[in-house]
Amino acid sequence: MELTLWTYEGPPHVGAMRIAASMEGVHYVLHAPQGDTYADLLFTMIERRDKRPPVTYTTFQARDLGGDTAELVKRSIADAVARFEPEALLVGESCTAELIQDQPGALAAGMGFGALPIVNLELPAYSKKENWGAAETFYQLVRTLLKPQLPAPGTPKPDTARWRAEGRRPRVNLLGPSLLGFRCRDDIREITQLLGSYGIDVSVVAPLGARPADLQRIPTADANVCLYPEVAATLCSWLERQFGMACVRTVPIGIGATVAFLREVHSVLGLELPAELQPGVDGVCEAERRSRLPWYSRSVDSTYLTGKRVFVFGDATHAIAAARIASRELGFQVVGLGSYSREMARELRAAAAELGVEPLISDDYLAVEAAIAEAAPELVLGTQMERHSAKRLGIPCAVISTPLHVQDVPARYAPQMGFEGANVIFDSWVHPLMMGLEEHLIGMFRHDFEFVDGHRSHLGDGAPAAPSEPALAPVSAGAAGLIWSPEGEAELAKIPFFVRGKVRKNTETYARERGLAVIDSEALYEAKAHFSRN
Amino acid sequence: MALSPPPASGALPPPLKESGQREVFCGLTSIVWLHRRMPDAFFLVVGSRTCAHLIQSAAGVMIFAEPRFGTAILGERDLAGLADANEELDRLVAQLLERRPEIRTLFLVGSCPSEVIKLDLAKAAERLNRQHAGRVMVLNYSGSGIETTFTQGEDGALQALIPLMPASSEQQLLIAGTLADAVEDRLIGLFHKLGIERVASLPPRRSTELPAVGPGTKLLLAQPFLSGTARALVDRGAELIRAPYPFGVEGSRDWMAAAAAAFGIAPAQVAAVLDPLVERGQRALAPQRETLAGKRLFLLPDSQLEIPLARFLSRECGMELVEVGTPYLDRQLMAEELELLPAGTQLSEGQHVENQLLRVREQRPDLVVCGLGLANPLEAEGMATKWSIELVFSPIHGIDQAADLAELFARPLRRRAALSFA
Repeated sequence: MELTLWTYEGPPHVGAMRIAASMEGVHYVLHAPQGDTYADLLFTMIERRDKRPPVTYTTFQARDLGGDTAELVKRSIADAVARFEPEALLVGESCTAELIQDQPGALAAGMGFGALPIVNLELPAYSKKENWGAAETFYQLVRTLLKPQLPAPGTPKPDTARWRAEGRRPRVNLLGPSLLGFRCRDDIREITQLLGSYGIDVSVVAPLGARPADLQRIPTADANVCLYPEVAATLCSWLERQFGMACVRTVPIGIGATVAFLREVHSVLGLELPAELQPGVDGVCEAERRSRLPWYSRSVDSTYLTGKRVFVFGDATHAIAAARIASRELGFQVVGLGSYSREMARELRAAAAELGVEPLISDDYLAVEAAIAEAAPELVLGTQMERHSAKRLGIPCAVISTPLHVQDVPARYAPQMGFEGANVIFDSWVHPLMMGLEEHLIGMFRHDFEFVDGHRSHLGDGAPAAPSEPALAPVSAGAAGLIWSPEGEAELAKIPFFVRGKVRKNTETYARERGLAVIDSEALYEAKAHFSRN
Repeated sequence: MALSPPPASGALPPPLKESGQREVFCGLTSIVWLHRRMPDAFFLVVGSRTCAHLIQSAAGVMIFAEPRFGTAILGERDLAGLADANEELDRLVAQLLERRPEIRTLFLVGSCPSEVIKLDLAKAAERLNRQHAGRVMVLNYSGSGIETTFTQGEDGALQALIPLMPASSEQQLLIAGTLADAVEDRLIGLFHKLGIERVASLPPRRSTELPAVGPGTKLLLAQPFLSGTARALVDRGAELIRAPYPFGVEGSRDWMAAAAAAFGIAPAQVAAVLDPLVERGQRALAPQRETLAGKRLFLLPDSQLEIPLARFLSRECGMELVEVGTPYLDRQLMAEELELLPAGTQLSEGQHVENQLLRVREQRPDLVVCGLGLANPLEAEGMATKWSIELVFSPIHGIDQAADLAELFARPLRRRAALSFA
């Protein structure tokens, strides 16, 4: 049993709904009590979908439990098949139905629907979560649909360069984009255009917008692109094992990753690497000019971004990508990296180790908020929940990951992937911060009376107070009996508000280690020198 | 403008009884307004990740630094052995109380999975009461979707409080059902003016300050979904005042007048206090009536407020009722409302959402009252909608709020009329 006030991921059957609702021609019969129909609003309200998700709920009640709930399941399945005439049927149960063990999938299989592909979803609600449910559903659905095409054991792998012999352009599938995923709609367009510009076609995009018949065309492509590993990794590995399909695993978020992605695609397909993707003498390739991010980041106004302390949290794919962009492409200092995706904890730990920070794998938002407060960053890149936490802490924040909020489905084109995605990322991460010249001016005039602490004129959320900071007193008692002299306090007050809490704590730690009773400005500078050496 | 509501005939065709897929929230959703009413209480759902996800999706939980509700999510190990589940619950409650020392009342809220595995939360509450005696009161009720819909959760929560109410035979008016604080103050002020001195509310604003109940108590229901609460209070000696519910000018006036009559207050005194309000309320209502009159309304079952709202919107706003759905029909608690519905009003009880949507498409009403899952799809089909969940969050009770209540329904129509992309 686990106390949860808020959760980053829904239950696994919501993941299954994401697959069904993303597609055309698929229907999902869910054995579930009436309250579970709330999940429809995730699609109709957050995604502003103009149709109900293709889900039929059995909505059993307590009085049904004494009788024959299996009969209710069969009735619901028969009604749904007759009414919606699906091309593929998903059958599963939510947490409560799992306990009564009616086995709806087995019931459906025995109902004589002939050639209708039926997928029996077993998604353990008491141990797994939404993204796992989405990945499992996507995998099971494709597996069911591709069963007739399974190559005999020992069949040689298809040649990924066979497009040449067949006299056509190479083609790949984009796997993983789904409803309630982060900016999938726009990422697909961006990546399709990008690949097209290198003469590579996109064959199947799935699950978003695909029909069951499209999934049956998956093996006709030369390779798969695992665009969103949280949803597609299980399937891509299976296609690799069973169909020998090569898989491109670099996720093209950020300049470096987009170029690496393109190089991987070229190499997998046996395409010659075009000149613009080859590293130049300075390691820079021409293709990066397709985005403004590299130049904007090099331009002088961006020098103020140097070393900005950034805390990153989200699903593993977006968090890892964000940390890489932040540290390498924007020159930030990543002071925290975490994810709620336990399934990808290994990848996230590796990324954290590379950056020299402690990885945080947690789905407790209060633990994440505490870690943010502790790290005292100047910018948070997180989910909508971190946006709220950051607001409470008075720190600017940009949202980089699901869980989805209605704000994360913008009307405009705003991909995260590819070169345009990098432009979007530059704007949306940098705008919450003060612009370079503005910060410079405020630095110059900060002792003028007009500029109170924390003044950030263009940020709508008001001047924040530094978190957990006691009001300034002439002589104040620090933690564990330490005394700050008035002059020490005055010096501390000159330090920018967003790091002041951290400096105060470091200085007190230093003072305790040295056995200092009173902290004056000298002690503060001693501590500063001490910690900067580490 | 004087209102001349059509005479009610009381002759309603038999309600359409349907069973099939229901598209309603479960009783856990009531926590969203109950926790605001009693800030010293905490609502701990004992359930699954689905329960946690439901409440946060319905309530926009992210705005709270630390909400006063949460879910004890059952894991596989809890399902394997119930003894462990009880130990786990004890551990978790201790942890919660340590973190939130301001909690005075802890509601253990049963869910679908906790009911199916027969986790006895009444026993758990007893045990936890012994463990934390003197510091917190632990209660339990069920908000499970297999037993309750949406607003019935409040009925369960209030019933859990009733055994703790002190006994008293003093004369008093007891209003049952959550009201917005400002509306409550206003209504109590009016009852004082009418001459009713002692007025108490259930739920109270502080969970520890429960009103008394006994033979002198006259019970007035502010919400139409409190069947169990009404029965339990009558069992404690209270006398139920029969009245329509306080929605709209007419309903609110009749509601207050019924209370006044129960206290033997002269009709002249009632008229002296309420008539000016009625006149003002009707004036405020007039512009909304202009938007709503003649428009056709279809209410899907959801909040259990559908019948009183239909009565208000037809009699005072001139809307035409196409179908009035209700999750369940409690004829006793709805008797006064049903009498006021225009002759021929088609009620439906229960739900078969697919069939009902076919009727909606066939009838093409001007406005559909429905849940959040259905609103955008119906808008996309060209019908204006009003989300029923807004009705349980907004201050809509009383004569002074009648125009605001009507405005909630007029706004979608005005908005449709205002938009143009030509």
